[in-house]
Amino acid sequence: MKYTLIIFLLCIGSIQVHAQDDLLSLLEDEEIVNYTIASFKTNRIINLHSIEHTGAGVLDVKISHRFGFISGGISELFGLDQASIRIGGDFGITDRFMVGFGRSSFEKTIDGFLKYKILRQSSGKRKMPFTASIFASSAIKTTRFQDPDRENLFSSRMYYTYQLLMGRKFSEGFSFQLSPTLVHRNLVKTSSESNDVFALAAAGRIKLSRRTSLNAEYIYVLPDQLAPGFKNSLSVGFDIETGGHVFQLHFTNSTSMIEKGFVTETTGDWADGDIHFGFNVSRVFSLKKSE
Amino acid sequence: MKKIGICTLLVFVFLQITAQKYYTKEGVISFYSNAPLEKITATNTKATSIFDMETGAIEWAILIKAFEFKKALMEEHFNENYLESSKYPKSTFKGTIKNIQQIDFSKDGEYMTNIVGRLTIHGVEKEVSTEAKFTVSNGKIIGQSELTVLVADYNIDIPALVRDNIAKEVLINIEASYELLR
Repeated sequence: MKYTLIIFLLCIGSIQVHAQDDLLSLLEDEEIVNYTIASFKTNRIINLHSIEHTGAGVLDVKISHRFGFISGGISELFGLDQASIRIGGDFGITDRFMVGFGRSSFEKTIDGFLKYKILRQSSGKRKMPFTASIFASSAIKTTRFQDPDRENLFSSRMYYTYQLLMGRKFSEGFSFQLSPTLVHRNLVKTSSESNDVFALAAAGRIKLSRRTSLNAEYIYVLPDQLAPGFKNSLSVGFDIETGGHVFQLHFTNSTSMIEKGFVTETTGDWADGDIHFGFNVSRVFSLKKSE
Repeated sequence: MKKIGICTLLVFVFLQITAQKYYTKEGVISFYSNAPLEKITATNTKATSIFDMETGAIEWAILIKAFEFKKALMEEHFNENYLESSKYPKSTFKGTIKNIQQIDFSKDGEYMTNIVGRLTIHGVEKEVSTEAKFTVSNGKIIGQSELTVLVADYNIDIPALVRDNIAKEVLINIEASYELLR
């Protein structure tokens, strides 16, 4: 009796196996690490570096413009009569390590940077809540020294910036980034200004469609480090991506497009209309063919 | 008692026969887009497939994110803008090998079959049919097939700006080396 029951149960079992129409469920799903991609459209948010990197073997040519202050009025065509430009290139050595350089017309500055991704946001087999990169840049101001009589050292032209970029793609539509920043200036104008400037940058993007997004960034400089008259940098922008190009259009109160400039030398006041219209154009070229 | 024993054995034998299935987790799916300005290929080597040699039922599943492109940015755009892999992570096929009976799995040779079923890409399910070649050699089974799909059929939108870079018709190559599921 007992055995009959077992056989009966086995038969039922066999029928169930047979009746299974979802074949794939017979195979175990292997769990994989799912790395988050495209938290931002490109490796800049507006002025700030984003947690995105240029891929290995890819050259990203960046041409950025900032027109004059909108407060210049009609006589300056709302700033369009003047323009400051940075021409630069970013190159991905590996998918996690990139370098870049550029030259800005503003203060004739040459800059270079290194950026390394230390953590990648992922889900699945390995879970990591955010992406983090470390960033270091230096800039050399090549304009003449303001006071030629004083002993001017080459090192006085140098500026350094160190940043930790931490960002998370919360959803398809929303990404947010926080970046503690340190700018070191070898030479400052007055003794009341500090050589080391600490700041905290916050930035976010809202994806509007598959190819457009709305971005904003704000850089809070901790008090009592800058001379009076310097402001925190605030920018809002709009990204349009079209295949190999990314066009970033924005409004910002910062004139400079490099860290030491927009973190520590922003003079524009949004309330007074001291806003630059500007754009960054990014075009990528794949230099290396992957296997 | 003896009878019961035989019965039990029979049940197991029956189970063994009906459960004769072949599978792979390393199927290769590649696609080819031949547009005037750009030729794009991408390959996925982690496709999962299983078929039942009795009923001819066949299924495929692939992760969209596992497609590898030559250019990193293309891969990103493929996932972000076209296939929307975070919304539709998988693409699947469920169908039947119509003339499975004609394949003699114990005899080496090439067998042509017809497969019909439903292909789901980008959340859109469509009826498709194709020919497939099964090669049996030394107990190994290799399946090969080709399929052409219209990008527009699967609600994948190609903006006017890149319409010379992405073909409207994409050729899909499928190859799998099956193993017996134990």
